[in-house]
Amino acid sequence: MVNGSRTAPPPAAPAAPARIQVADLRLSYGDKEVIHGISFDVRANEILGVIGPAQSGKSSMLRCLNRTIEFVAGARVSGTVHVDGEDVSRTRDVHALRRKIGMVAPLPVGLPLTIYDNVAFAPRCAGLRDRAELDALVEHCLRQAALWDEVKDRLGSLGTALSGGQQQRLTIARALSHRPEVLCLDEFSIAIDPVTTMRIEDVLKELRREITIILVTNLTQQARRLADRTMFMLNGRIVELDRTDVVFSEQPGSRQTWDYVNGNFG
Amino acid sequence: MTAPAPSPRPQRSRLERLAEALLEGLIRLSGVSAIVFVLAIFFFVFREAAPVVFSRNFDLWKFLFSIEWYPTSASNVRYGTFALTVGSFAVTALAMAIAVPFGLGAAIYLSEFCGRRLRETLKIVIELLSAIPSVVWGFIALTVTSKLVVDATGAAVGVNVLNGGVVLALMSVPIIVSIGEDALKAVPDSYREAALALGATRWQVVYRVLLPAARNGLLAAVLLGVGRAVGETMAVLMATGHAVHIPGSLLDSVRTLTANIAAELGEAPVGSDHYRVLFLTGVLLFCITFAVNIIADLAIRGVRRRG
Repeated sequence: MVNGSRTAPPPAAPAAPARIQVADLRLSYGDKEVIHGISFDVRANEILGVIGPAQSGKSSMLRCLNRTIEFVAGARVSGTVHVDGEDVSRTRDVHALRRKIGMVAPLPVGLPLTIYDNVAFAPRCAGLRDRAELDALVEHCLRQAALWDEVKDRLGSLGTALSGGQQQRLTIARALSHRPEVLCLDEFSIAIDPVTTMRIEDVLKELRREITIILVTNLTQQARRLADRTMFMLNGRIVELDRTDVVFSEQPGSRQTWDYVNGNFG
Repeated sequence: MTAPAPSPRPQRSRLERLAEALLEGLIRLSGVSAIVFVLAIFFFVFREAAPVVFSRNFDLWKFLFSIEWYPTSASNVRYGTFALTVGSFAVTALAMAIAVPFGLGAAIYLSEFCGRRLRETLKIVIELLSAIPSVVWGFIALTVTSKLVVDATGAAVGVNVLNGGVVLALMSVPIIVSIGEDALKAVPDSYREAALALGATRWQVVYRVLLPAARNGLLAAVLLGVGRAVGETMAVLMATGHAVHIPGSLLDSVRTLTANIAAELGEAPVGSDHYRVLFLTGVLLFCITFAVNIIADLAIRGVRRRG
């Protein structure tokens, strides 16, 4: 079994409580198993970087956390995912679970609503009606996503009419709108220019004080810049999960990690 | 292949280019033909009606707004279609009041909430429903629902606005359901998933995302239902009692514009004033449906601008 996360607990960091505990998670689409029993923890207020080539199960793993994997026909999940100690497969209110875990997809899906309504969508679904409160929340989230200055004069126009990069920041604002405790970003930067990417990375560093972040990225350097710990996934298994400086050092725990991080494959 | 040296770019033969031009022309022709047909129909209907419109003793105001329809009176022939117009509107409005909630509700259920197998079954049944000929509906209206109406309401006659509205609603629902379901299905799944991932319940997804996203298609569904109801002839002819007067309640008999044409055109001597006025009634119908379409179009644009 390669699945064992060889997490020698980092000696320096104080043992933060686990926010998410994944145990022996398996996922198959039809007959094809794509995640082969992985186990790992996500600690409170850390940024966990997840790297690995395409098709290694990174995005699917994220979708298991908030149970959006259920939308995929033929997907079967086994193993357990606990969020704050609660088994997600037994949760009483899956909608509350999904609000607890913010999700940003690689290609932005602006809902066919106005910019304002896009950001206000989740709070409204959760029952927030007060206009002033909504206004403040929308502005706050758009500022956090580094989009406010560009759209503040046209909050009433369609979110889908924004440019690709702006739409991506809109989805980030939207994911923050329901005040998630965990924010999952799935290759958020592929549709954004480098300058905006850096601005959002700064935002993420700020956010770490309040929430936990899982950052799936194809840009290994992005994980290096941001992540406290980095998880390297390959073909549905965890090759290595360790402090970022260890993973990116000259002597990570696995030869494969070194090869991937140094661009020898993938 | 003879000359090997600088191989020329492959070029399409003259025949292929000609064929493509021909195909393009054909497609353009079929596109334009729709306009031609509409104009031609309008022209020929209006040509039949024109002599009476331009005759001296014809009064357009009376034609539109008089309730006196006595086309075969021996002493004083009067052609007032207002009662017929009101009849058409009354029956259509009632039919839509019943069919739109049911139809859209069924479309939402089919597209968003029901299981795969049940959906397939329901769709087949609904298509079957829309395949029933209108004269059969008329027969049902005359023999089945009219008795139910009498039993339920105690009305003097069962063939009235209520009866016609119910039958027209039954006829329009399948159209609204199938077009409405198509409109909802055309909304990309990524919207549903994005909304669900934000913690929306399925019902919240429907009324916060799908209904706004599909509103044009849903409006089209409703309009086609209205079109069916306004244009339906045989079933309302049999269902509404065929009495020319403005209905005071749902339990009064009425006559609609369409039913009037169907019933009287066969008896009117070709070329007589009566005959021409019936054609003019056709022009009136044409204008009404045209106006409904324009209003709906403007409504869509208005919604879009606000959205």
